[in-house]
Amino acid sequence: MVQRRPILSPAVGMLFLLPALGFVLVFLVFPSLWVLQISLTNQTLTGEAALRPQFVGLANFQALFDFENWMIRGYFGNALRNAVFFVIGSALIGQAGLGLAIAWAFHRRRGLLREALYTLVILAWIIPDVVVAFMWVAYLDRDQGTLNAILSTLRLGRVDWLIDHPLLSIIIFNTWRGTAFSMLLFSSALATLPPSYLEAAAVAGASAWQAFRDIILPSIRSHIITDLVLITLWTFNTFTPYLITGGGPTFRSEVVSIYTFRIAFQHFEFGRGAAVAVVMMVINLILALIYLSTLRREAVAR
Amino acid sequence: MARIRLEELRKTFGPVVAVDDLTLSIEDGEFFALLGPSGCGKTTTLRLVAGLERPTHGRIFIGEREVTDLPPQARDVAMVFQDYALYPHMTVMENIGYPLRVRRYPRAEIERRVREVAEVLQIADLLDRRPGQLSGGQQQRAAVARALVYQPQAFLFDEPLSNLDAKLRLEARSFLKHLQKSLGITTIYVTHDQAEAMALADRIGVMDRGRLLQVGTPLEIYRRPRNTFVATFIGSPPMNLIRCRFHSAEAVLALEDGQAIALGERGEALRRAFRDGEPLWLGVRPEHLSLAEGPGPTHLSARVYAVEPLGVETLVTVQINNERIALRLSMDEPPVLREQVWVRVPMERALFFRENGELAL
Repeated sequence: MVQRRPILSPAVGMLFLLPALGFVLVFLVFPSLWVLQISLTNQTLTGEAALRPQFVGLANFQALFDFENWMIRGYFGNALRNAVFFVIGSALIGQAGLGLAIAWAFHRRRGLLREALYTLVILAWIIPDVVVAFMWVAYLDRDQGTLNAILSTLRLGRVDWLIDHPLLSIIIFNTWRGTAFSMLLFSSALATLPPSYLEAAAVAGASAWQAFRDIILPSIRSHIITDLVLITLWTFNTFTPYLITGGGPTFRSEVVSIYTFRIAFQHFEFGRGAAVAVVMMVINLILALIYLSTLRREAVAR
Repeated sequence: MARIRLEELRKTFGPVVAVDDLTLSIEDGEFFALLGPSGCGKTTTLRLVAGLERPTHGRIFIGEREVTDLPPQARDVAMVFQDYALYPHMTVMENIGYPLRVRRYPRAEIERRVREVAEVLQIADLLDRRPGQLSGGQQQRAAVARALVYQPQAFLFDEPLSNLDAKLRLEARSFLKHLQKSLGITTIYVTHDQAEAMALADRIGVMDRGRLLQVGTPLEIYRRPRNTFVATFIGSPPMNLIRCRFHSAEAVLALEDGQAIALGERGEALRRAFRDGEPLWLGVRPEHLSLAEGPGPTHLSARVYAVEPLGVETLVTVQINNERIALRLSMDEPPVLREQVWVRVPMERALFFRENGELAL
């Protein structure tokens, strides 16, 4: 065994870390603690509570988890449920599933179709938020929308996507928007597998599906976990759906990030908004910890 | 167990012809080696038999069944890859049992059969490990076990020994040969190592640039290579080729530096095969050459270029004009560097190739 000695002494190493730690402290730790503090008050933007916020203990959190009207539209439970559907639908099934499907379908293939598809998928990923949001509104609009124009030409009737299926609309939007990341991650993971893995499986008699299930999936497991960590967190926190449905109609596509925004910056109830933000942080933390411990167990198993 | 027949097999990748019009029949139970330099099409041929490549033209039979258009899954052959292709996330047991698992054998049956082949291959105590914890030789055995476990019609080996170190390779070589002989499964073995092909195979097919140049037993190919390519590919060091010109009247071969070798009894045959003054290649194996005390009708004057003692024998390279010639000598006092020596060419063992490389006599 080669003993690896650190290049720098611990003291010097710490010195190099200091600037980064300073930024983390100023821009992450301090605001988090501040939000935590605000969440325990009744602070608002205007009125008396703006000048003299009162310490209210856990009242804001109690209001959030008030189970009497928890699932009513416009309340936190509704936003949380929407967020769960949104994450499962657009991140886990949509982005990860579709990304893996595309990466697998074009694994070790070259050609125009692959290039065209990859370019389109990546394009959907790199266009700025506001531009894609406008594109999707224009695409899904009831009267002038491209999709309805196509549907009515095919005599399938018009659908008012943003009014009748707002949650589905943002799920499909976010899938389209973010599949590129998973696709790229999975295709580079697949590219690292020796071609002989699949060839050996084929000669040994494994069908394409068996080889995928028994060889490919286990071989890229850690990539899949990493991908799921990242896209779950991103999707849970993304705010772009607001640009398409505004969380509506009647809060039917309101996810937690939009709910937070509404309470804090439309109702100007900073105390309650901060409480939602704290809950979001905790959820993020739990998700990250679950994934990271899975990843660590994976590393130990190898 | 089956015969394998390839008929007019051709495979092109774009403008590149990888396998060119290859017809070959491999007998039931035969150990057949495909030998050639890298890029000669031997691996492509193997992959065509396995079904990993589709032929551009031609037909493939395994047993009585035509498999040309069948996918690898339906061909019932087993292949051992150069990198073994053992799955790192499975134990050795799971790796070996995988072909049975995809065939939906009951778990107990899989375990019984895996233990059986593992016994044969002497890896029974490694079944719970993962491939990453095995040595190269053990991995190779595990890969062979995975091929063996479902009793395929044929074995296909793609340079399975090239990742082993020299000592292990010799061991694995005799092991493979013993195994193949005791199982009697038709085997195609691809290698670029002529010694490996000679040692293992019942018959060898030598390939170059997509073409099958010669098929024969190791000794046939060693003794009568069909052309200069095969002659110089087989043997270590390979056959010496000396550029000469045939002089019909004197029945001699003239070297470029003016030295001449008397053809003796073979002069008549050469007169029938070659025109007067025709250039040709004289081919002699290094072990057939010897040193002489002084000049003689079949002796060539040369200067010692290098002396390499190998224990059993000494490898001596001499230089005549600009050509280097290798001799394998078993003598206690080899010549010294730069010394002038006489090399005796045994005409009765010599081969004569035409200028284009084809064997004439």
